[in-house]
Amino acid sequence: MPISDAPPIIIADGVIKQFGRFAALRGVNAEFAPGRLYVVLGDNGAGKTTLLRTIAGLAQPTRGTISVLGAKEIKTVCSQIGYMAHPSLLYDEMTGFENLRYFAGLYGIHDDAANFTCREAIISVKLDPDLNRPVGQYSQGMRQRMSLARALLNDPTLLLLDEPFSNVDFHSAQEMATLLGQMRDQGKTLLVVTHQPGLLEPAADEFVWIDSGKIVDRTSKLRAGTQ
Amino acid sequence: MKRGFPILAIVTAVLLSFALYEALIGAPTERSMGDVQRIFYYHVPSAWTAFLLFFVNFGASIAYLVKRRPAADIVALTSAEVGVVFLTVNLVTGPIWARPVWGIWWTWDWRLTSTLVMWLIYVSYLLLRRFSSGGQAPLLAAALGILGALCVPFVYFSIWFFRTQHPSPVIGGGGSLDPRMAHVLLINWAAFLCLAWLVCWTRYQLEVAKRQVEEAQSLESLLEGSR
Amino acid sequence: MSFLAVMRATLAKDLRLEWRSKDAINAMLFFSLLVVVIFSFAFEPTAEESRKIAGGLVWVAFLFAAIVVLNQTWARELRNHVLDAYRMSPASANSLFLAKAFGNFIFVIVLEALMTPLFIAFYRLGAIGPAWELLPIATLGTWALVVNGTFFAAISLRTRSREVMLPLLLFPISVPALLGMVNATTAVLTGEESARFWITLLVAYDVVFTIACLLLFETILEAE
Repeated sequence: MPISDAPPIIIADGVIKQFGRFAALRGVNAEFAPGRLYVVLGDNGAGKTTLLRTIAGLAQPTRGTISVLGAKEIKTVCSQIGYMAHPSLLYDEMTGFENLRYFAGLYGIHDDAANFTCREAIISVKLDPDLNRPVGQYSQGMRQRMSLARALLNDPTLLLLDEPFSNVDFHSAQEMATLLGQMRDQGKTLLVVTHQPGLLEPAADEFVWIDSGKIVDRTSKLRAGTQ
Repeated sequence: MKRGFPILAIVTAVLLSFALYEALIGAPTERSMGDVQRIFYYHVPSAWTAFLLFFVNFGASIAYLVKRRPAADIVALTSAEVGVVFLTVNLVTGPIWARPVWGIWWTWDWRLTSTLVMWLIYVSYLLLRRFSSGGQAPLLAAALGILGALCVPFVYFSIWFFRTQHPSPVIGGGGSLDPRMAHVLLINWAAFLCLAWLVCWTRYQLEVAKRQVEEAQSLESLLEGSR
Repeated sequence: MSFLAVMRATLAKDLRLEWRSKDAINAMLFFSLLVVVIFSFAFEPTAEESRKIAGGLVWVAFLFAAIVVLNQTWARELRNHVLDAYRMSPASANSLFLAKAFGNFIFVIVLEALMTPLFIAFYRLGAIGPAWELLPIATLGTWALVVNGTFFAAISLRTRSREVMLPLLLFPISVPALLGMVNATTAVLTGEESARFWITLLVAYDVVFTIACLLLFETILEAE
C-alpha cells in the first residue's frame, strides 16, 4: 500500500469519553490517513459508536483532543463530513426524494441543483428516485441505502458509517460495499464500523480493532476465522 | 480560605444571636400589631437574601455557559438551593404573620404573589437538575437559570400593576419605617447574609467532595483494563 | 439568505407532514372541543359574570391546547435521530428553532380560532371594549407561550418524564405573560379599563424571551 504523505485527516490524542461513571473511550490515540477505507471492529459496547460520534462532532471528548480535517472545532468542517448510523436519520413520513431534497437544503443546495444532486445520490445507491413510497414503508435494506444516499448529498471528503450493513439483505449489502470501495477509489476517506467485515475485505485498507474503549490492534488483513 | 470558615461560623453565630435579641427584645414594639410584627425581621431579610442568591445564580449560569467551568456550575446549584430555602422561609413567615393580624392565611398581595412565582421558577430549576439525564444537567440548568432570572423583573412588574388595579390586603405593611426598626432590620439582614454565606460554603464543599468521589470512581473504572 | 431558506423549508416540511397524517390535527381539534365543553360544565356563569372571567377561562383552555401541540414538537425528529443529521449539517440551529416555533404558533392559532366561536356561543360572550385589540393580544400571547414552549420542549428531550417536564418548566416562567393575556382580554371584554399596559408588557416579554431563546438554543441543541 502506498504510504500517504498527506497530513492525517483525523488525529485523536488521548481521547477519553465518559458517561457518568461509565467510560466508553479510555484513551484513544490514533491517526487516520486520507484516501483510505478503514474498517472498525470490536465487540458490542467496545466503544465503536462513541468513537465515530466523537469524530463526527456529535459527542465531545471528556478529556483529550480530536481534530478532523485540521480543525479542532469539528462544526466548522461539518459540510465535508458524511455520517450514517443505525437509525436512519430520515423522516418516515416522506419519500426518499423528499427527504433528500430537505437535507440538501440544509447544506445550501436548492432548486435544480438539489433535484439533480438528490437524484444522483439515490441512483448511486441503486434505488429509484421516483419511488413514491414513504421511507417508513421501506425494507431495512432500502432504508439503509437511502440513509447512505443522504450521507453522500454534500459530497463529503470523510464518511463515517456506523453499522451500515446491519439487518440488510445480502444483495443490498454487497451493493453498498461495492459503492464504498468506489468512493475510496475516488479519494474519499471512510471509517466503517461493522460486524460483517468480510463484505469490505477486498476493498479495505486497514482493519482497526477496538476493545474496552481502546484501539488494540491495526492490521492490513482480516484475521483468519473472523466474521 | 479554609481558615476563614471557622471565623465565619463564629461571626455568624454571634450576629444571629445579637440579631435575635434585637428582633425579639431590642426593637420597639409596633403600635398596631404588637409583638407579632417582630416576624417582619425574618420575613423581609430572608427575601432579600434569596434575591441576592438568585442574582448569584444568574451570574454563575452565564459564567458556566461562557467558560464551562465546573466551579461555576456548583455555585449556580448551591445558590439556587439555598435561595429556595430562604424564599420558603419568606413564604411561610408571611401567612404566620398574616393569620393573627388580619385573620387570613393568604392574600394575593403584590410581594407574596411575586415571591410565590419566583419560588415556583426556582423549584422548577431544581427539578430540571434532578430530572436531567446524563451529564446535561449543568448546561440545561444554566439556560433555565438565565431565562428564570430574566423573568423575575416581569413577574414583579406585572403583579405590581395588577395589584394597583385590584387592591387587596398587604402583608408586610407599607408606610415609613421607624429608624430603630430599620436598624434592627439591617442587623438581621447582615446576620442572614452571613448564615447564607456559611450554608453556601458548606454546600459548595459538599458538592465538590461529591464530584471528586465520582471522578475517582470513574477514573477507577477507566483504569481497569477489562470489564 | 440561507438562514431564511432553511427556516422556510423546515416549516414547509412540518406543515406538509402534519397535513399528510391528519391524526395529530384531528386529535388536537377534538381535544380543544372537549376542553371548551368541560369548562362549560365546570363554570356556568351568567352573561354578566362571564365577561369578567372569560379572559382567564379562555386562556387556560388555550394553554392546555398549547401544551398538547408543544409536546409533539420534536416527536418526528426523535424517532429516527434526525436531529443528529441536522447537527451534522452547516444549517443554523436558530433557523430550526424559528421554524419549529412558527409551526407551533400556526397550530395553536388554528386551535384558538376553533375554540373561540365555541366559547362565544357557550358563554354568550361579547366585547364591550375595542374588539380588534383581541387580535394583537392573541398573537402576542400565543407567541409568548410558543417561543418558550418550543425551547423547553427541546430541553425536556434530555430529561426523564419528558411530557411532565415541559409544562413544569413552562408554567412558572409564563406567569407574567399569562397575566398579560388574561387581563388584556378581560379589559377588552368588560371595557372597564384599557388593555394598553398589558399589551405593552406582552410586547416586551415577547421581545426579551425571543432573543434569549435564540441566543441559548444552539447550546441546548448541541448538549448531548
